[in-house]
Amino acid sequence: MKNPPVISLKNVNKHFGSFQALRNISLDVQEGQRIVVCGPSGSGKSTMIRCINGLEHHDEGTIMVNGHMMTSDEKIANLIRREVGMVFQSFNLFPHLKVIDNLMMAQRLVRRKSKEEAHETGIKYLERVGIRAQADKFPNQLSGGQQQRVAIARALCMNPKVMLFDEPTSALDPEMISEVLEVMTELAEDGMTMICVTHEMGFARSVADMVVFMDQGEIVEMGEPETFFSNPSHERTRKFLDQIISH
Amino acid sequence: MTFEIALLIESLPLLLDGLVLTLKLWVLALSCGTILAVGLVLLRMSPKSYLSWPVMAYVYFFRGTPILVQLFVVYYGFPQLEIIRSGPLWVFFREPFFCAWFALTLNIAAYTSEIFRGGILGVNKGLVEASRALGMTYAQTFRKVVAPIAFKLSLPAYSNEMVSVLKATALASTVTLLDVTGVARKIVAETFAPYEIFLSAALIYLVLTWFIQNGVRLLERRISRYAN
Repeated sequence: MKNPPVISLKNVNKHFGSFQALRNISLDVQEGQRIVVCGPSGSGKSTMIRCINGLEHHDEGTIMVNGHMMTSDEKIANLIRREVGMVFQSFNLFPHLKVIDNLMMAQRLVRRKSKEEAHETGIKYLERVGIRAQADKFPNQLSGGQQQRVAIARALCMNPKVMLFDEPTSALDPEMISEVLEVMTELAEDGMTMICVTHEMGFARSVADMVVFMDQGEIVEMGEPETFFSNPSHERTRKFLDQIISH
Repeated sequence: MTFEIALLIESLPLLLDGLVLTLKLWVLALSCGTILAVGLVLLRMSPKSYLSWPVMAYVYFFRGTPILVQLFVVYYGFPQLEIIRSGPLWVFFREPFFCAWFALTLNIAAYTSEIFRGGILGVNKGLVEASRALGMTYAQTFRKVVAPIAFKLSLPAYSNEMVSVLKATALASTVTLLDVTGVARKIVAETFAPYEIFLSAALIYLVLTWFIQNGVRLLERRISRYAN
């Protein structure tokens, strides 16, 4: 028997004023599944994953995460967020805290871990993303790629069941993209359930179980990378892929 | 008219007698006003209009009227009120020092709450989202992320307020208090040498301002190891 999905969206709609950002989105994510979401800008990709951890609130439909239903009730949303890691395009590291303190803060406040335990976990994940040596630096002393790896480590310290990536490499200089993608690939290989909004089609091809293409707030097409890239069934998908792969 | 440098120098030690009162008023009003400002800015930034609106009115009143007028309202006006005069608060409001402290504190709170509001609005929204995504509550996010960064952003404007308040303490001399300016006025009344004496007082304020400026600069350098 199939386990219930870790994340399940059913007929989700979301408006910003009169603009409809999400149209009838339905998506199930099984444990260990790696989903890549792509699509033109303004297509609702970010809005969708931001609704999954309640940074935006959907208007209609249901979103289930780890068996809990997302609501606009801040207490419930907060409980769900604890189990969902998120990595942002702009890193969003706390500039006033050293790298290690960036990693320890939520562990201490949310997980109520002791200082020693939080520190140990922090160092463990810094090692895992390959920047243990930077533990005592401030975020602005690191390169963009290093900062994003710190952000990934910070999310992992909370021991999340799912990781959401919102265009994690879009703000990076080209030479730093691969170091972040490598970390994400390793994470995928370790069996982490992931939803990645990204334009890195190489990453999608090699890591994703499923590629989702969104346009104008709706899911146009989804499929395994093999078929998705070689034989997309919709004209809109074909056009998009031509545009981003042609050059 | 002659300018007697000797008189200027002689008056300095006398004026330093007033310095204690000036500093006491400055420290007490600034610290209490700043604490009050923290409470005010929290109310001011509440999405609930019945919390934010009264603070807006308060700030408007205190920014829209001269401190001297505020001081006179407290010092001359309050004793006219029966509840003040015959109530338990009279012990306080009959003291000119308390009145000066009270008026200054309320004034500082109004200005400083706006300074802090600017700082809070300057904090990158992404940091708040990152905290929430980690499961931190609003209160935790405010204490650990927003407040420290907002404080740093507020520091230049706040140091300006510190200097303004130092000069505003001179108004205490209008309600009989013998601060630096009060002592100066007294000596002038006795010696009829306003030029030397007031310049001497001005020197004292300049030196104090120098200390404030450099103190803040040191603090800024200490906490600007990181950028925002």
